[in-house]
Amino acid sequence: MHKFLKLAIGFAMATVAGLSSASAQQSMADPLRKDYYANLKGKKVVFVPVFMGLDLTEGWSKIMAKQAKDLGYSYEVRNSNFNTAAGAQTITSLISEKPDVIVVQNPDVQSYAKLLQQAEKAGIRVIQLNMKTNYQTTGFVGADVELIGEKQAEAAVAKCGAGAQPGKILILAGPPTSPFSAYMLKGYENILNNNPKVKVVSVQSTGDYESAKAKSITQVVLQQHPDLCAVLGVWDNTDVGTAAALQEAGKKPGDVFVTTSGGGGELACKGLRDGMWQYYVSYDVPGQGRDLNALIMAALQDKNSVGSTKTVLYTPLVTYTPATLGDERCWSLDTLR
Amino acid sequence: MQGSSIQTSHRSRAFGIFRGPGKAAGFDQLKIVSLLFVVIFVVYALLLPGFFTVGNLLTLMRTVAVLGILGLGMAIVVIGRGIDLSMIASLAVPSALVLMLAASGYSVFVAIGLGICMAIGIGILNGILVAYAEIPSLFTTLAVGIGIAGVGQIGLFDYEIVSWPPQLDVIAWIGRGSIAGLPYSVLAFLATAILVGIFLRGTRPGLFVYASGDNPGAARLTGIPLRPVMVMQYVMSSCIAFFAGLVLSASSASMDTRIFNLTWIYDVILVVVLGGIGLSGGRGGVANVIIGTLLIGTVMNGLTIMDVSFEMQNLVRGLVLLLAVLADSLINPRNEETAQQGDI
Repeated sequence: MHKFLKLAIGFAMATVAGLSSASAQQSMADPLRKDYYANLKGKKVVFVPVFMGLDLTEGWSKIMAKQAKDLGYSYEVRNSNFNTAAGAQTITSLISEKPDVIVVQNPDVQSYAKLLQQAEKAGIRVIQLNMKTNYQTTGFVGADVELIGEKQAEAAVAKCGAGAQPGKILILAGPPTSPFSAYMLKGYENILNNNPKVKVVSVQSTGDYESAKAKSITQVVLQQHPDLCAVLGVWDNTDVGTAAALQEAGKKPGDVFVTTSGGGGELACKGLRDGMWQYYVSYDVPGQGRDLNALIMAALQDKNSVGSTKTVLYTPLVTYTPATLGDERCWSLDTLR
Repeated sequence: MQGSSIQTSHRSRAFGIFRGPGKAAGFDQLKIVSLLFVVIFVVYALLLPGFFTVGNLLTLMRTVAVLGILGLGMAIVVIGRGIDLSMIASLAVPSALVLMLAASGYSVFVAIGLGICMAIGIGILNGILVAYAEIPSLFTTLAVGIGIAGVGQIGLFDYEIVSWPPQLDVIAWIGRGSIAGLPYSVLAFLATAILVGIFLRGTRPGLFVYASGDNPGAARLTGIPLRPVMVMQYVMSSCIAFFAGLVLSASSASMDTRIFNLTWIYDVILVVVLGGIGLSGGRGGVANVIIGTLLIGTVMNGLTIMDVSFEMQNLVRGLVLLLAVLADSLINPRNEETAQQGDI
């Protein structure tokens, strides 16, 4: 009994001693934290997209807006509404407004190049997003479009190159001067040129990524080449029209092998499930958003002169096929964090 | 010529509903464009393998069916001496609304009913601003179009591209599939053409449209309710645009509301003007729209078969329009007699 009491008292004392030593331990401030947040106060980031209201731009913008809100800098969107002139005007006025960072999605490889150069001269860091000009600025985040083209073309060759006759391929591109047309065509050429197993029967532009145009071109080409083997599409939203044309022509999913690419949103999985396309290269908008936020933070903290560092982050591409299908791989605005 | 159009219309009615009044005799633009169409068609048929086949000709019709339907709506307004630049917004926004409502559980009837209400609302807004507030139609419809597209962008839709919900599959046939080999979208174009033809030539309001377009002042003096007729024109054009929107969205399984920002409206005006419906009003009819649509469809179809580049296709399209307009002004030069007050 006595022994037990002693043990209990000893145990209690040990516990109290442990507790008091814990409360006596010193807390420490993270030396980086204060400057980090103080530096961000009053900073301003402006996003100039080609068009809001697409899964891509809404996704990127949501991710950028979230970080800005969490960290306490200002973020705004200036939509250029598919109007290159309006976009150029926006950037021109931004040069005099002097935000800290401009994030810009370029409609083509040329139009904004001079303006972006001027903006950087004026001390604004410019990050180009997914669609870039031929002028390199502080940062670029986006797909390696040439690689997307190569992947799609390789998939088509694997599908169509086995027959006795060369497999017939239709290429649907975007606006001729868009990076997503020009560079993707280069990727296609890398694989398809001098490849005797396949034959490109038509290369056509869908205008401004119009699904109605993709549909009518596919219909016309299918009339000329009923034995069409594959379509190399430019963007998931556009190729909804391509798929509609094939379906209307009585083709079953997979009769004509459709490849396309996009941000990997809900439509990507829906298209695979419904048989609209059989091969999908995703440039992973949630991943791009994370990269983008990292570059924005780097730009906001950079004390060196504008243009002295230039970073390119090509997005790791993810390939979807019916075999890899699973809803969890496709994002929606609600699942973005 | 002025003030006599009602009489002319009645006379031409005897020749059938598709015959345009006005320059009944002579070598007018309709004939020039028809000739151009025949020449291009024959050249293609001879030189392009695979052009002159039933399958390809149906495809050709199908690719321009929506454009043709829009052209018919635009024709009504242009004949009434106006222009409706908001047609693409009336095509995109109400039909995208229908898709969205159906996807969120409303019945097909309610969804389409609300779409029609919206289209009528756009038309009435245009009409009242043009007819009663007397703002030129060019500015009114431009502003209303931008406004409606903006409402769609900001308020109505999550994404600019609204996909066709399975709930609407019961009416998907209007844009897909075919009956006895004829695609429904082509039939939709033909049906609209017949209805608009009967309206313009066979009904009193239709003749009022010609009268008020040819000479508004004279039309008013003769007792035609000028302003209500103008409102009616815009309501018709926006409803026809809504119908075109349903055909288009059924056809491509989605409604891309971005098309408002693209150059579609110019294609619609191109079809109307190319066919020979003068922007000064009171001239032309359904036949003009059909021939304009066929010409553009043929040119583009051939260029696609030849795998001509996008820029080149735009260039050729521009040249064809220029050629047609040039030929018309050479053969039918404007003078004091033919010129109308208020020409654009």
